[in-house]
Amino acid sequence: MKRRLEISELIFKIFSYLFLTMFALMCLYPFLYAVSASISGRHAVEYQELILFPKDVQFEAFASMFGNNQFWNAYSNTLFLTIYGTVWSLGIAILGGYALSKKRLLFRKAFNFFLVFTMWFSAGIVPQYLNYLATKSVFNSMGIMDDKWLVVIAMGMAAMNIILLRNAFENVPSEIEEAAIVDGATEMQVLTKVFIPMSKSTIATVALFFAISRWNGYFWARQMISNANEQPLQVFIRNQLEQYTDLEQLGGWTAHYAPDSVIFALIVCSIIPILIIYPFIQKYFAKGTNAGGVKE
Amino acid sequence: MKRQAGDYLIYDEAAGTWREDPEQAVRDDVEKHNWLHIGRTVLKDWRLYLMLVPMILVFLFWRYMPMYELLGAFKVTDVVKPVADQNFLGFSNIKALLVGSGTYANLSSEFWRAMRNTFLLSFYGLLFGFPMPILLALFFNEVKSDLLRSGLQVFTYLPKFMSTVVMTSLVIMLIQQGSSTTGAPPGILSQLLASLGLISRDTAQAGLLNDPAYFRAIYQVSGIWETAGYDSIVFFAAIIAISPTSYEAAQIDGANKWAQMRYVVLPGILSTIVIMLITRIGSMLSIGYEKVLLLNEQRVQIYQTSEVISTFAWRIKTTQNQNGLASTAEMLNNVVGMLLVIGANTIARKASNVSLY
Repeated sequence: MKRRLEISELIFKIFSYLFLTMFALMCLYPFLYAVSASISGRHAVEYQELILFPKDVQFEAFASMFGNNQFWNAYSNTLFLTIYGTVWSLGIAILGGYALSKKRLLFRKAFNFFLVFTMWFSAGIVPQYLNYLATKSVFNSMGIMDDKWLVVIAMGMAAMNIILLRNAFENVPSEIEEAAIVDGATEMQVLTKVFIPMSKSTIATVALFFAISRWNGYFWARQMISNANEQPLQVFIRNQLEQYTDLEQLGGWTAHYAPDSVIFALIVCSIIPILIIYPFIQKYFAKGTNAGGVKE
Repeated sequence: MKRQAGDYLIYDEAAGTWREDPEQAVRDDVEKHNWLHIGRTVLKDWRLYLMLVPMILVFLFWRYMPMYELLGAFKVTDVVKPVADQNFLGFSNIKALLVGSGTYANLSSEFWRAMRNTFLLSFYGLLFGFPMPILLALFFNEVKSDLLRSGLQVFTYLPKFMSTVVMTSLVIMLIQQGSSTTGAPPGILSQLLASLGLISRDTAQAGLLNDPAYFRAIYQVSGIWETAGYDSIVFFAAIIAISPTSYEAAQIDGANKWAQMRYVVLPGILSTIVIMLITRIGSMLSIGYEKVLLLNEQRVQIYQTSEVISTFAWRIKTTQNQNGLASTAEMLNNVVGMLLVIGANTIARKASNVSLY
């Protein structure tokens, strides 16, 4: 039976479509503008003549960036931090989440509380900074001079992600685990052969959460990595932004493209990897966030 | 060890029988200080406990150890010496920030200014930022075509995955100041706002971000742009979980759209709203320092509305090397924040039987 739409429903429906379209366009617009501005001519960018489409197309801003060794350096540093950081954080989170998911674990509540407490109460940035400084000197005295390892090892762990994994592992039927144990599987084999394959989608989601937070990491890398050549891409973008705004105001710019175009080109390059993996992650979102309810 | 049957049986729904609660044996052991038995259980299962070790070490070293640095709040730490070696000073740091007089008068007023900004940014975030994802979820529910809806959703989630640096850079560029020497107009968004009459041309030309009056609006709008789409996921999931028969029943009873919203949708998603609200209130005082720092760096003129506690602490640490005072500021902030989580949770539990912890 098809029901006639009432007038109130019709108004609401129309308003919903309009609002959502507006909002989606608003979310997208800054990125489209960044792409246009990165390939538009100097006059058009400096005099803010762009609205959406590029004008006087040039690719020199991109070319100058690709010719810049520092850019590639920063990019490879970010890759380093993302790859090693994700592997490190994910490994620890899987082991911890697995152990926490076991009902037979003694003091399970206490361990959970130990984890969840860090979500309620954090010391703040100054104590954290002092703590990282101390860690850095310990690392240096151990012979680890590359500060990137400090960033990989000491930062980026999130209690929320461990809880997501714990909840996923709890949902694996205990019969399968028991069957594996009867067949003589060790604890590690139960984890790698039973639990990990059965929670693939959550592990993928958590891995991508870790990877994105590593890719986007800025503040602590800037504070803790002393060697400028070791800094990741986000720090490079920020430094360029600060330098170019100064250059623009001092009027010492002679290229055919606007200084802003370089910044926009950098922004475009830094979000391309995220746009590439984005289609694969977005289908897990609903699942990931729903499983995120904190249970004690 | 002998167990007493009867007092720790739990009902196994799958099998339809009563069985022993394995955790109860542990509780008994702990209660009876049967540490030897506990030790043996751990030793027998050492592989499982070994798996916990890396996680515990990471959290201990880099989440709990910084809390130890908060001791600096009660000590003098403006000289180069680890916290442990400092002498206790009592509450003078706390006093200096809260009621500062003499040399600390300025600092104290800046602390209260930062506290006020932290509260206001969070409060406006709650007022404007919190309802937005709920509205979006309600609207998404109206779009019946799956393809169109997921298309729109994908766009709205996107900003969440951009780094704070990229996001703030885009904001800075889109509302950048015009140039007085070349006569270049301000950023495209400022131009739009000026032509809509929301801001004056002069303000736009001088740079919206350089004007303290607009920082809060910029912060909220960019925050909504960044997170509203992503945050709507959880509400949308709650809405589609409502059974279609509830709507049908309401329609048969003659409920129009608003009545359906009021009596079907709202009760259906209330528990989700409460949980999200508790989380939100709990993180109220942990305003993201990264975003604020990136927006107000080198713009001293807007500190009066933009400086929050964490950036205030960071500034007195980096410019004056006052570690003790910086730790004090953050500690006061975090303690109030934690009281807020506990308070919100208690109220929610009393009022609606939903609670997070």
